[in-house]
Amino acid sequence: MHDTSSHAVAHHGPPASFIRKHIFSLDHKVIGKQYFGLAFVAVLVGIFLSWLMRLHLGWTNLAIPGLHLLSSNGAPGNLMTPEYYLQLMTMHATIMVFFVLTTAPFAAFGNYFLPIQVGAEDMPFPRFNMMSFWITFLGFIALMSSFFVGDGPTLGGWTQYAPLSAIGQAAGPGEGTGVVLWAISITLFCIGQLLGSLNFITTTLDMRTRGMSLMRMPLSVWAWFITSVMGLTAFAVLMPACILLILDHVAGTSFFVPSNLVINDQLLPHSGGSTLLWQHLFWFFGHPEVYIAIVPGMGIVSHVLITSMRRPLLSHRVMIYSMGALAVLSYMVYGHHMFVSGMNPVSSIAFSFPTLIITIPATIIVLLWLGSLYGSRLRINTASLFALGFISMFISGGVSGFFLAQPSIDILLHGTYFVVGHFHMVMGVAAMFGIFAGTFFWFPKMFGRMMNETLGRIHFWLTFVGTYTIFMPFHYIGLAGNIRRYQAFTPDYMQQFIPVHKFITVAALLTGAAQLIFVYNLIHSRFWGKPAPDNPWEATSLEWSTPSTPPPWNNFGDKMPVVYHDPYQYGVEGSTGDYVMQNSPERIETVRDEA
Amino acid sequence: MAKLFAVTIIVIAILSAIPIVRHTWWTSQDISTHGAPIDEQMSETMAESGILFLASQILLAVFIWKFSRPRPGEKIKSFPGGAMGLVIAAFLLVGTEVLALGAFGAKAWASIYFTPPGANAMPLQVQAGQFAFYFRYPGPDGKFGPLHPDLISEANQNIFGLDTEHDPDSKDDIVTAEMAIPVNREIHLLMHSKDVGHAFFVPELRVHQDFVPGLDLSMHFTATKVGRYEIVCTQLCGLGHYNMRAYLSVFSQEDFDSWLKKQATFQ
Amino acid sequence: MATTIHEPPRIEKIGDSSRARSNSGNGGWRPLVPDAGDPRLVQEYAPPPASTGIWVAVAGISMTFAALTSALVVRKGGAPDWRHFTLPSILYLNTLMLLASSVTLEIGRRRVAVFMGGLRSTAASPARWLYVTLALGFLFVAGQYVAWRQLSSQGLYLATNPSSSFFYVFTAAHALHLLGGLGGLGRVIYKLDHLVLRRSTLDATARYWHFMDVLWIYLLLLLWMKL
Repeated sequence: MHDTSSHAVAHHGPPASFIRKHIFSLDHKVIGKQYFGLAFVAVLVGIFLSWLMRLHLGWTNLAIPGLHLLSSNGAPGNLMTPEYYLQLMTMHATIMVFFVLTTAPFAAFGNYFLPIQVGAEDMPFPRFNMMSFWITFLGFIALMSSFFVGDGPTLGGWTQYAPLSAIGQAAGPGEGTGVVLWAISITLFCIGQLLGSLNFITTTLDMRTRGMSLMRMPLSVWAWFITSVMGLTAFAVLMPACILLILDHVAGTSFFVPSNLVINDQLLPHSGGSTLLWQHLFWFFGHPEVYIAIVPGMGIVSHVLITSMRRPLLSHRVMIYSMGALAVLSYMVYGHHMFVSGMNPVSSIAFSFPTLIITIPATIIVLLWLGSLYGSRLRINTASLFALGFISMFISGGVSGFFLAQPSIDILLHGTYFVVGHFHMVMGVAAMFGIFAGTFFWFPKMFGRMMNETLGRIHFWLTFVGTYTIFMPFHYIGLAGNIRRYQAFTPDYMQQFIPVHKFITVAALLTGAAQLIFVYNLIHSRFWGKPAPDNPWEATSLEWSTPSTPPPWNNFGDKMPVVYHDPYQYGVEGSTGDYVMQNSPERIETVRDEA
Repeated sequence: MAKLFAVTIIVIAILSAIPIVRHTWWTSQDISTHGAPIDEQMSETMAESGILFLASQILLAVFIWKFSRPRPGEKIKSFPGGAMGLVIAAFLLVGTEVLALGAFGAKAWASIYFTPPGANAMPLQVQAGQFAFYFRYPGPDGKFGPLHPDLISEANQNIFGLDTEHDPDSKDDIVTAEMAIPVNREIHLLMHSKDVGHAFFVPELRVHQDFVPGLDLSMHFTATKVGRYEIVCTQLCGLGHYNMRAYLSVFSQEDFDSWLKKQATFQ
Repeated sequence: MATTIHEPPRIEKIGDSSRARSNSGNGGWRPLVPDAGDPRLVQEYAPPPASTGIWVAVAGISMTFAALTSALVVRKGGAPDWRHFTLPSILYLNTLMLLASSVTLEIGRRRVAVFMGGLRSTAASPARWLYVTLALGFLFVAGQYVAWRQLSSQGLYLATNPSSSFFYVFTAAHALHLLGGLGGLGRVIYKLDHLVLRRSTLDATARYWHFMDVLWIYLLLLLWMKL
C-alpha cells in the first residue's frame, strides 16, 4: 500500500517493458494511436477496394492486371466476376463503416483526447480499454481472413439481409464461411466498442478534474460522450443479432430463415423464421451507427472551427442539446430504411415524421456553425479548411435526407444511387473530413511534430473538389433510376448511365490517388516533421496544457490541472493573447452563450 | 486561399444544381394512376431542399470570404439575434417545411397503400427467385392453384411448384417469363419469393416493393400508357442480382387477350 | 479534493470516510467548496468510477437482453411453428441457489466492510462468505448445464424448434455473463487476500451479481410465459 495523498492516482504506473509500452499498453493515448493505426490500415484497404469496384463499374470487361493474385476464383484471367464485385463491395462497406468511420473519429481520437480534455490521468478501466482495442483488432483480422478462405468474403452487403446471409453456401459464393467470419468479426467489433463506450461514459462522468463541470467540457468531449451512449445501446443490439445469425448458419436454427425456401430445386430444412426480424434488429443498430460515425465529426469540427474562428459558438448549450437530440431521435427513425421492405405501411408514416424532424437539430447545428462564423476572425489552415469542408459536405449530404425521409418518394429512390450518394456524402465524406480536420489539428500533440501545411492544402483541394465530382453525379443517376449493388448495368434504361459511371470512375481514381499525398504527409511528418510547440493553434482546452508534447504517460505530470473557465475563451483580452486557457487562473470577463 | 475556397463552394453549388434544374437526369415518365402525388411531392421536395442547399452553401461561402481576413484590432461581432434567433429560425423554417412535406407525403403514401384493390382488379402473381421473375395468370377459371415448394424444379420447368395432376385450379394456370398487363385496368399483383429477398421495381409505374420470403405481399396499380418497360430487382439477392430483370408490356385489352391466349398454348 | 475523483488503491475505512456522509442527501451530488475560495471552481461530486461503470454495464447488458426478448416476441408471433415445452424443473432449484448466493454475498460484503473498518484482523473470515457465493454460483452454472442435458435427452436441441433455440440462447447468454461475475468475484477474493481491495470494487461486483440475479428472474418468467 503506498501513499496517495497528494494527487490523483491512475490504476497503473508508467509502462516498464516494451510490450506494455507499445503493444498491450494500458495508456489511453497509446490505445488511441493503435486505433488510429488500425483505421489508417483499414482505410487504405477500403480505398483500394473502391478503386477496383470503380474500375469494374466504369469498364466492366476490363482486365485489371494482377487481380487474379488477389483471388483466382474471383478474377480468373484478371477479369472480375459478378460475385467478386459484390464481395469487394461488401468488404468495402464493412471496413469503412466499422473499422474506419467508427474507429477513427470515435475510438481513436476519443481515446486519445477525451481523458486529456477532461483532465484525467487515464480511463478508469485501462484493462478494458486495452481489450477493447485488441478485440476490435481481432475482429478486423477475422474480416480480412475471409479474403483467403474458401470462396472468399461474403457478398451480402454490409446490411447482410437474411435469408441471403443465413442459409449458407447455397445462396452463393462467400455466403458460407464468408458470412460466418463477417458475423464473428462484427460480434467482436461490438464487444470491443461496448468496452470502449463503458470507459468513455465513465471517464466523462467520473474522472473530470477539479473545476471541469459538465458544461465546461469541450464540444468534442460532449460528442464522444453522446456517441458512446449511442454505441452502448446500438452495439448491444447488433451483437446478439449477429450471434443469432451465426447460429442460423452453423447450428441450423431458424431465427431469420422462413419456411419453404427453394434454392437449386432443393427445399431448405429451415422453418418459420422472420426475415424482417433481422432488418429490425440490424437497423435499430444501423441508423444510430450513422450518427456514431458523424457526431464525433461534429464535435471535432466544432472544436477545430472554434479555435480557428477565435470565438466560441453562439451557444455551447444549444450545440450540446442538438447533438443529444440527434442521438435520441436516431433510435426512432431506423424504419426509414425499410419503407418498401414489407413493413406495415402505417409504420412507414410513423417512421417518416421523426426522420423529417431529425433535420431540425441537424439544421440548428449547421446554423450555429454559420452564425458563429459571422463576425469571427477566421484563421485558414488545413485543419480549418477541412472543418469548413465538413460543413459544406454535411449540408450537401443532408438535404438529400429530405427526400429519403418520405416513404412516397422512397418508392422512386429506394435502392438507387441517390441513396449511395446521400450516405457517402453525409456519413462517408463528411465524417472523413472530420477525421482529416482532427488529424491536422491534433497531430502535433499526438506525435510532437507538425504536419506539412502545403501538402495538407493540396490534399484538401483535391479531396474537396474530387469528392463532389464523385458523389454529386450519384444523386443524378439515382434520381433517374440507377440501381445500386449492380456490377454491370444490363437493363436497357440504364445504358445511358454508363458514361456517367466512367466519369465517376476517373474522378474516384484521381481523388483516391490524392489521398496518397495525405499518406505521405502523415508518414513523413511523423518522423521528419517540424517539431511542434506545446500549443501551436493557441487553443484553450486542456490537451494543449500538458507539460510536454506528446503528453507524458500520466498526461499532466505531477500536477493535475484545475479548470477555471468555460472551454472556449477566445476573443478575450488575456495575457497570452486573444485567448485564455481553461486551466489558467487568470481572471477575465467570461465569454458567455449569447442565447 | 479563403476567397478561392469561397468561390469554389459557390461554383460547386451552382454546378451541382444545374443538372437538377435542367432535368438532365430526371425521374422517368409516370405511367400509373397513382404516381402524380409522388411526382408532385418529388418536385416540391426538390424545390425546397434545393433552395436550402444553395442558400446555406452560399452563406457559408460568403462568411468564409468576409471573415477570414479580419483587420487588425477588429473585434468579434455577433450574429444578430444570436443562437436563439437561429434556433427559432430553424424551428420555423425547417419545422414547417418538414411538417408540410411529411403531411403531404403521408397523404400520397396513404393514397397508394391504404386503399384496397378494386373488386374487379385483375389478379396476377409474380414469383422472384435467384435470378429471374416469373409470372402466373390464373387462366379461365380465375383461380390460382396452390404452390408446392417441394415440387419446384427448374429442370422440369415447374417454376412455381404446381401440381397440375392433383390440383384442378392449377391446370389452366399460365406461367410466363414476361409480364403483360392490359392498359387502364387495375392489376392486383400477388408477390411471392421462392428463395431470398428480392424487389419489384418498375420506375415508370411508380411501383416498388420488396419480396419478403415467408410473407406474401400484394400490390395494386393501374398502368395508363401502352408500352414496354423494365422490371428490375433492387434488393441484393446474390451474384446475379444485376441481371435480374424482366420486361413489362402494357397492351391494349385486345392485344393482351391475344398475348395471353398465345401464352396458354405454350404451357 | 482529487482523491474523491481518483480513488487511492487502499482499503478505505468505513467510519471516517467523508464520502459516506456526502453520499447521503442530494443523491450523492454536492457542490464542492473550493479550498482557495475561488467561486469559479465549481465541481460536482463524482462517485467512484467502478460504481458508475457497473451501471453503464448493466444498461448495456439490459439492452442486449431486450433485443433478444424482442426477437423472441417477433419470432413467436410471426410463425405457427412454435412448440411449447415445460421448463426443466431443476431451473427452479437453480433459481433458489442463485437467490441464496445473493444473500451470502450480501453477508460477505458486510463482513468485509467490518474487516475493512479494522474491527477484525484476519482476511480469512470475511472471505468465507464470498467463497460460499462463488460455490453457489458455480453450482448454478452446473445446474443450468444439467437443465440443458435434460432438455436434450427429451430430444430438444438448439435447432429443434424456435422455442428450444431461444431457451438455449437465453440461458447460455446469461450463464456467460454470470461466469464474468464469478471471475469478478474471484478477483475480489484475490484482492482481499492481498489487502488491495477497494470498497468500490467490492460494491460494484456485488451490484453486478445482484443484477445477474434479477436478470435471471426476469428470464425465468419470460421463458416460463413464452415457451
